[in-house]
Amino acid sequence: MTTDVAVEMITVVIDGFEVTVPKGTLIIRAAEKLGIQIPRFCDHPLLAPAGACRQCLVDVEINGRAFPKPQASCTIPVEPNMIVKTQLTSPVAEKAQKGIMELLLINHPLDCPVCDKGGECPLQNQAMSTGRTESRFTGVKRTFEKPINISSQVLLDRERCVLCARCTRFSEQIAGDPFITLNERGALQQVGIYEKDPFNSYFSGNTVQICPVGALTGASYRFRARPFDLVSTPTACEHCAAGCALRTDVRRGKTLRRLAGDDASVNEEWNCDKGRWAFKYLSSKERVTSPLVRGDDGELREASWPEALARVAAGFSDKKVGVLVGGRATVEDAYGYSKFARITLGTNDIDFRSRPHTDEEAAFLASTVVNLKTTYADIDKADHVVLVNFEPEDESPIVFLRVYKQVRKRGLQVTTIAPFASRGSEKLKANLLSSFDQVTNLTEKSVVLVGERSAEVPGLFSAIAAHTTAKIAWIPRRSGERGALAAGALGNLLPGGRPVSDAAARIDVQTAWGVDSLPTELGRSTEQILNSLNSEGGLDAVLIGGVDPSDISSAALGQLLNSFVVSLEISHSAVTAIADVVLPVAAVTEKAGSFLDWEGRERSFDKAIEGPLVTTRSDVRILSMIADEMKKPISLPSVTSAAKEFSALGVWDGASVSKPTNASASTPSVSGDQAVLTSWRQLIDLGSLQAGEENLAGTARKAVAVISAARATSLGVKSGELLTIANERGSITVPAHIANISDDKVWLPRNSQDSQTIVTFGAAEGCLVSVVKA
Amino acid sequence: MSKLSPVLSAHWDEADSFTIDAYRRNGGYKAAKTALDMDPDAVIQLVKDSGLRGRGGAGFPTGMKWGFIPQNDGKDHYLVVNADESEPGTCKDMPLLMANPHSLVEGIIIASYAIRANYAFIYLRGEVVHVYRRVQQAIADAYAAGLLGKNINGKGFDLELVLHAGAGAYICGEETALLDSLEGFRGQPRLRPPFPAIAGLYARPTVVNNVESIASVPAIIANGTEWFQSMGTEKSKGFTLYSLSGHVKNPGQFEAPLGITLRELLEMAGGMREGHTLKFWTPGGSSTPMFTQEHLDVPLDYEGVGAAGSMLGTKALQIFDETTCVVRAVLRWTEFYKHESCGKCTPCREGTWWLVQALKELEAGRGTSADLDKLLDIVDNIAGRSFCALADGAASPIVSSMKHFREEYQRHLDLGSCPFDPIASTLFAGALS
Repeated sequence: MTTDVAVEMITVVIDGFEVTVPKGTLIIRAAEKLGIQIPRFCDHPLLAPAGACRQCLVDVEINGRAFPKPQASCTIPVEPNMIVKTQLTSPVAEKAQKGIMELLLINHPLDCPVCDKGGECPLQNQAMSTGRTESRFTGVKRTFEKPINISSQVLLDRERCVLCARCTRFSEQIAGDPFITLNERGALQQVGIYEKDPFNSYFSGNTVQICPVGALTGASYRFRARPFDLVSTPTACEHCAAGCALRTDVRRGKTLRRLAGDDASVNEEWNCDKGRWAFKYLSSKERVTSPLVRGDDGELREASWPEALARVAAGFSDKKVGVLVGGRATVEDAYGYSKFARITLGTNDIDFRSRPHTDEEAAFLASTVVNLKTTYADIDKADHVVLVNFEPEDESPIVFLRVYKQVRKRGLQVTTIAPFASRGSEKLKANLLSSFDQVTNLTEKSVVLVGERSAEVPGLFSAIAAHTTAKIAWIPRRSGERGALAAGALGNLLPGGRPVSDAAARIDVQTAWGVDSLPTELGRSTEQILNSLNSEGGLDAVLIGGVDPSDISSAALGQLLNSFVVSLEISHSAVTAIADVVLPVAAVTEKAGSFLDWEGRERSFDKAIEGPLVTTRSDVRILSMIADEMKKPISLPSVTSAAKEFSALGVWDGASVSKPTNASASTPSVSGDQAVLTSWRQLIDLGSLQAGEENLAGTARKAVAVISAARATSLGVKSGELLTIANERGSITVPAHIANISDDKVWLPRNSQDSQTIVTFGAAEGCLVSVVKA
Repeated sequence: MSKLSPVLSAHWDEADSFTIDAYRRNGGYKAAKTALDMDPDAVIQLVKDSGLRGRGGAGFPTGMKWGFIPQNDGKDHYLVVNADESEPGTCKDMPLLMANPHSLVEGIIIASYAIRANYAFIYLRGEVVHVYRRVQQAIADAYAAGLLGKNINGKGFDLELVLHAGAGAYICGEETALLDSLEGFRGQPRLRPPFPAIAGLYARPTVVNNVESIASVPAIIANGTEWFQSMGTEKSKGFTLYSLSGHVKNPGQFEAPLGITLRELLEMAGGMREGHTLKFWTPGGSSTPMFTQEHLDVPLDYEGVGAAGSMLGTKALQIFDETTCVVRAVLRWTEFYKHESCGKCTPCREGTWWLVQALKELEAGRGTSADLDKLLDIVDNIAGRSFCALADGAASPIVSSMKHFREEYQRHLDLGSCPFDPIASTLFAGALS
């Protein structure tokens, strides 16, 4: 760890051994450094000390003066001339700890055999190390009705709770969602929620993970498995670009749960509920389980791999083909698509962006983002964080936690460029501005976090690319986008950030790939690929990775109808329904690979599961098979070979493409009941990777239409009353929510239950809609 | 009656003693005027010199506590008066506030001036509505008289006084739990450090004092440190309120110099209940280890009681005669602690739950002498292991009763039941026989 100031070091003696630790280190952690484990429950290194459970009592002496009573080692920082005696050397500390353990167990039920935590339970383990073999308590245990739902996803068994307050402290200190608290007193003290407000925090799953007993359990995992039957694999999260380390637990070929992994420099020990609980899509009945080809009757039928590959080769040969990669490809898969497009298809018509996008964005990505090195550590040290069209709590939750940590710790200044102050922005005490040029107070220590929705504002990327003082970071929503950019899955870039337009860069890649030439014409964007499918002289066919056309535009699916479509998919989707050939690919837990998170940091993972139903072939392997079939091989038979080749290629150190210089555009003017639509995706919504997770969906934020107080007054509506938002294509009716949004705007969730703006209006941002009382 | 030294209680027998007029008639609010003419530091020094120690139980020197407040730190300072009197047996602050609320108001003016606080709070036990109303009236009268509010006595000193009714939790008598409760949170003790003198109410430097400590200040300002030191013992200066309750002829509050003995106090209270003898008593509420006959001549000051193995506490002398079953009395107290444990820490929360069950068994005569040793061992795992002193208080009656009356516990077990007639210890015993 590097720090800006020298840290004062202090030497203390614990159980006769000297240890030197930074000033401020708690005794319990100084002891850990010596390998001395002091039992504990309420202590957690990322939460403020509580001293509540009293399990970690030790004898302490400073300057020859001993404390008269044993002290909680989780609350006292080390001091010079301190001598600590733990349970290993102090009979008083040992008896104190044994006494506390006995007390903790008197009211704890003996239901370990049916408890989810049994087998991985700190109480169980420490009862073995510090407890008595037989209880002296012969009285009546405290009982509660069990379990109670504190949200659709989290269950509480109050009689198991040891009241360590980890969950309540996490919710308040880390997530900023103090929706659970301790109620009542004495032995009847219990965790509770406010009567009608469930524990709908985006981060609630962490409380289940840090609960040192089985008091908090996840509804999806409860009673599903014993920990010792699980096989655990370190993995990376595929849901967003935050880059969380995860642990995937599998029993008999089925993923049963996922936990936040430890990575101090990325997600610390936390993750969001989507990353934790949205994995049922892996075992969905909708999984594509074998190659499918469309027969003459227009129906898909199962086919052998050779037949399917031959169909693809026939459909692609001598045709103009575009490639849509999708935002969740691994680096290796994206590299496969990139190489396949250039060598096998001979085109630069490849794009990973399955969302609203522009050429300005492509120029911004190619000129600026490929070289960005801003990290989480820069947020930790920032003097000012600016969020540009970026809602971290919804769009990259771990970034939110990191910013919130600094806001709480040292009052970090946060500015947000947004239509209104969301709940996340309010928690960050963010200063709300409407455009980037209003931002002041930026230094070299400031960090500007730019969201992918900036593409929806003409000229914004150009303004950011021109900014030279603060550190810039581009934070896409999807896990694969930064990696796909690096792998060159974009029309203007080759792998390693090499501009297509630069002959030297092309020669670099040509040499590495052993081909004579590479296409020189800049490639089409996703939107242009789709548009050209039906135009004269345009494309004839398209290869589609994991893309949901409704994420791009409402017209996208229709544009695919008359072309030859090959879909590489996990599960049946709108694309597979119209595709000519469908090839099953492995989902993230069934294959090895890596993502680049928004920092550009590699997040590699191994195969966690052997797919019982499906192929375990990663996209890159299948692309290599197609290329072989088409006699234009890309020679990437495995993920490992792709990773090796991509890594050997290195990054471009020549000149970048020029930065975009687009002008900003004025927003349309409104009159009468008209408003300009604005939206973003909420964390928990109708995203396809959240399919089948009803418990998780139950904690989603309800769709509302955000309008200004002035508009509400003129419409005569109060918060909670229904509004209908419509354009010529369709309408959405949801409750109103009044906030400090511009009078000209209305905000809706982009893809939530009851509000899907792209599907309904054909647009997500900037279009005119009418807002009337329902 | 010569042993009494009525100061706070000097005029309690006057029908209108609680009014501002009566208080002024008897010399009230002159000390505040004197103090506001002094330098604040001189006021602190004077209180330090007087030797006044906290009357809430711990006996910490009051002036020293005031001196801990960092000065010229540019922060607001607060004075908080702990009027959450709830220690079993303690009944000094409530009668004082009923009969002489202005002594507290005047003390608050002086103390706030000394520590440079412009806001003061009285955290009053919520159940005692009659006291709440009386203090409220006293504050209103003081405001009307220009003794509170802006520019008091034309001296440029502003003071707002807020009366806050607690919801009746024993733990809120613990100063940091009180501060949490006053801020609107659940009353649970805070981790220290930081201490209230550095980060107390709303994280600002705060002095928390007992009612009686603050109410004693005007008399010290008015009469001087020598006068105050003329009362009491070497290290425990001044007068204080002793409250006698239980099996005595005339229970009530007795204001006397520190260091008086129970024998003297009993004399003034008319002795024990007719025909009965002293069995055990608490020097300062149920949380202080109990005494017996042999401690009748222990000087009731901080050092004397401490040397005899207990604590002066709140000077709530609960007197029990020979009709009382000590096991039953200890069980009742333990039930109180179980009910009042805030639940924050394990030993107190779980320990009191267990102790009640264990004592119930013993009181019913079920168990063996091994269970008595087990009881002492459980207590040993609770006392000194908890977050605040509540659990230590819960341990005190058990440990001290076992020390003095172990054979009585054993007699329960030998008999298989309680050897006492519970009615015999009641005041209505005669009526039922």
